[in-house]
Amino acid sequence: MITRSARRTRRTLRASAAGVVALLALSACSSSDDASPAKSDSSASASASDKVSGTVTVFAAASLKESFTELGQEFEAAHPGTKVTFNFGGSDSLAASITGGAPADVFAAASPKTMQIVTDAGDAEGTPATFVRNQLEIATLPGNPDGISSLKDLTKSGLKVVLCDKEVPCGAAAQKALDASKLKLTPVSYEQDVKSALTKVELKEADAAVVYKTDVKAAGDKVEGVDFPESAGAVNDYPITLLKDAPNAEAAKAFIALVQSAEGQKVLTEAGFLNP
Amino acid sequence: MSHLRKTTNDPTDDGDRTQGLDAHLVVDHGTFRLDVTLTAAPGDVVALLGPNGAGKTTALRALAGLVPLTTGHLRLDGTALDRTPPESRPVGVVFQDYLLFPHLTALDNVAFGPRCHGASKAEARTQAAAWLDRMGLADHAGAKPRRLSGGQAQRVALARALATRPRLLLLDEPLAALDARTRLEVRSQLRRHLAEFEAVAILVTHDPLDAMVLADRLVVIEDGHIVQEGTPADIARRPRTAYIAQLVGLNLYRGQADGHTVRLDAGPAITTTEDLSGPVFVAFPPSAVTLHRDRPTGSSARNLWHCEVSGLETHGDQIRADLTGELPLAADLTAVAAAELNLRPGAPIWATVKAAQTHAYPA
Amino acid sequence: MTSPADKPGAAAEALRGRPRRRRLGSGMRRGVPLPLLVPALLGLAFLIVPLIALIVRTPWHSLPEQLASPEVWQALQLSLLCATAATAVSLVLGVPLAWLLARTDFPGRGLVRALVTLPLVLPPVVGGVALLMALGRNGIVGKWLDAWFGVTLPFTTAGVVVAEAFVAMPFLVISVEGTLRAADPRYEEAATTLGASRFTAFRRVTLPLIAPGIAAGAVLAWARALGEFGATITFAGNFPGRTQTMPLAVYLALQSDPEAAIALSLVLLTVSIAVLAALRDRWMTAS
Repeated sequence: MITRSARRTRRTLRASAAGVVALLALSACSSSDDASPAKSDSSASASASDKVSGTVTVFAAASLKESFTELGQEFEAAHPGTKVTFNFGGSDSLAASITGGAPADVFAAASPKTMQIVTDAGDAEGTPATFVRNQLEIATLPGNPDGISSLKDLTKSGLKVVLCDKEVPCGAAAQKALDASKLKLTPVSYEQDVKSALTKVELKEADAAVVYKTDVKAAGDKVEGVDFPESAGAVNDYPITLLKDAPNAEAAKAFIALVQSAEGQKVLTEAGFLNP
Repeated sequence: MSHLRKTTNDPTDDGDRTQGLDAHLVVDHGTFRLDVTLTAAPGDVVALLGPNGAGKTTALRALAGLVPLTTGHLRLDGTALDRTPPESRPVGVVFQDYLLFPHLTALDNVAFGPRCHGASKAEARTQAAAWLDRMGLADHAGAKPRRLSGGQAQRVALARALATRPRLLLLDEPLAALDARTRLEVRSQLRRHLAEFEAVAILVTHDPLDAMVLADRLVVIEDGHIVQEGTPADIARRPRTAYIAQLVGLNLYRGQADGHTVRLDAGPAITTTEDLSGPVFVAFPPSAVTLHRDRPTGSSARNLWHCEVSGLETHGDQIRADLTGELPLAADLTAVAAAELNLRPGAPIWATVKAAQTHAYPA
Repeated sequence: MTSPADKPGAAAEALRGRPRRRRLGSGMRRGVPLPLLVPALLGLAFLIVPLIALIVRTPWHSLPEQLASPEVWQALQLSLLCATAATAVSLVLGVPLAWLLARTDFPGRGLVRALVTLPLVLPPVVGGVALLMALGRNGIVGKWLDAWFGVTLPFTTAGVVVAEAFVAMPFLVISVEGTLRAADPRYEEAATTLGASRFTAFRRVTLPLIAPGIAAGAVLAWARALGEFGATITFAGNFPGRTQTMPLAVYLALQSDPEAAIALSLVLLTVSIAVLAALRDRWMTAS
């Protein structure tokens, strides 16, 4: 979607410190190809960026921690005088805080289901947009000693596999993939979130876990990722939205624009996310 | 009694020395050092007498094995016990506040020792019941300690200590926890039980009366060391420290004798009836002192001192006057006499003591 | 002459005065001072209002349906079993540890005591990770357990007991150590002079004497173990019927169905209150 030349151009621009206005204008242009609801803001972004200031509070799913932190720093650099504060956590608890009245500007959830809690409560401004997608992957011990190459391999007896609990998004997705391939897998544990599942493999207590690609990537060489074709049928959409009672709506819009920009997408894909 | 035993054992003189207690107890505790030598034959009742903090209880705990000896030795009936843990020593202890196990009945308290020594439950209880019976407590066998009176608890504690058939019985202030009336009764009972006891008994007390009633021999400890030992009568008559003198109620002075005159180390001379020379003690009871408002002229007393009243207190039906001045002393007089003399703190007074009422003995 | 006559009079006055003073004293006791009463009531409200809120928000209509679910009973059974087993483990290991801390003197005892209480301040999840590192399949001790005995604790019911005991035992140790310190050590001495070894003295004298403290500590430990979540889910994982205790079931239900979570909490609450009340009547008041 982002052309090589565009990327090069942007890099050049940044290198020559051409300024925020040009950068954002470019980002807006590149993202204009997408059917993004944030499109309407793109024309305003150039002028809006001048007024952007103050603190933006972003509630985001835990899996976004690394990439959003990086984007936050870029945002602050691009908009001197702004500060991005994050609240990373389970999407459910974040949704609960927002409907409970927590002062936040932006909500980025790990599943449409959790986003729906916020929209149903009427706390979202406009329609949430899917900004990335996350795909499942099998995390195995480094070097894949058990030779796992497919979802079916996980059903081998004697293998200790952990899944996320069906109540949390990664567990629901994994169950969907298993059901689709008519596999019956009895794990040793249904973990309460994806990081716990991954930790079990990192500590070598479990032989494999079904987690997100991004988590495998974030774990570095402590685990090894194994792609499986069934994961295509169980991809998780990540929606983002501006919140109705956002204390700093202008800056929030600018941040959402950054996330959806080519620059933002690059950071997110590097972390293992798929473009929407 | 003990003398009788000793004389019967006389032919085997060496054997006699190995029977009973032979202890040299040295215990360092911070800056305090206990260093006492104790010997006693079977049947002896020895009282360790001394002020608080003198080391009496430490000595008792060292005998029981509850405090390790820094150095010294401890032999009982010829067996060295220095390195024996308390549970393996043939020693029974009656603690100051008895320490009856509150969750056990009187019977089970007494049966505890026999049980620990390998008796079956039934056997231990039979023995315990016999001991309680001897103590006149058969009716209280099923009572928990909190339902016993002080005197009953004391007897249960004694029965508990005796039930292990110890070769050394230790009693720590056995009467201190009792009120005055119970004390009188328990003291005479305890005296009877101690007299029946065939092995060595050592009791610790700070009460001279308890010591004198219960023990054949007194060992007076001050500041970790033995300052005097002997029969109760000997100690009462010839105290050798201010503490003992005060306990037995005597004025005591130290000086150099030259015939009938004793020149005190500090202060004037005292005329005595004894003919001695060298370092001596002079003692006389407060009741031997006569007080006068003015200097007595016609008095035959050779010992006349000018003093000042420093304090007054009631002492039974008497008034005890503490005097300072030429010679510090205590004097007893009746309330009437005190009123007639118009005694009050700070008042000048003349004190006389007849030579015949003093007692001098070599230091 | 006048002073002896005075004394009985004074004594009689004191005697007459004493009951009056006593009556006054009990009156004072009835009127609780405001600076104590207000914070006390606030504290009470602070503890109770959240529980009341839970009851108010309970979906009573769906409660029978929730309670009919076999998973709930499975989780409850497992919770009670594991909490009781963890308390037993804590008793067997914790009481001797408390004795060691209270009755012996060894270099570094202060440090040891601090270490014993560490699980109290450690976030339970961290405790769970620490347990994995120690007793996990790849842990420094667990490695040998696996190699020698073929025992792996994570993801097993025994693992739940281990995690709960790790978190609950400090409560017992602290409680029992406090009771031991308050108990007169001379009873043990008295027992040894009667021929009891130190262990016999502990078993036959000290243990009965500190029984109320042990009971209180055990109840505390049991309650803590019953509510344990973080260390359990981290160390033993979450599998229905094997390692899913009530708190885990509550937490996961909270993710999707808060009403079910409230119902489950209520069940846990009711059972714990029933057990604690029964124990209190049995043990605490008997002492």
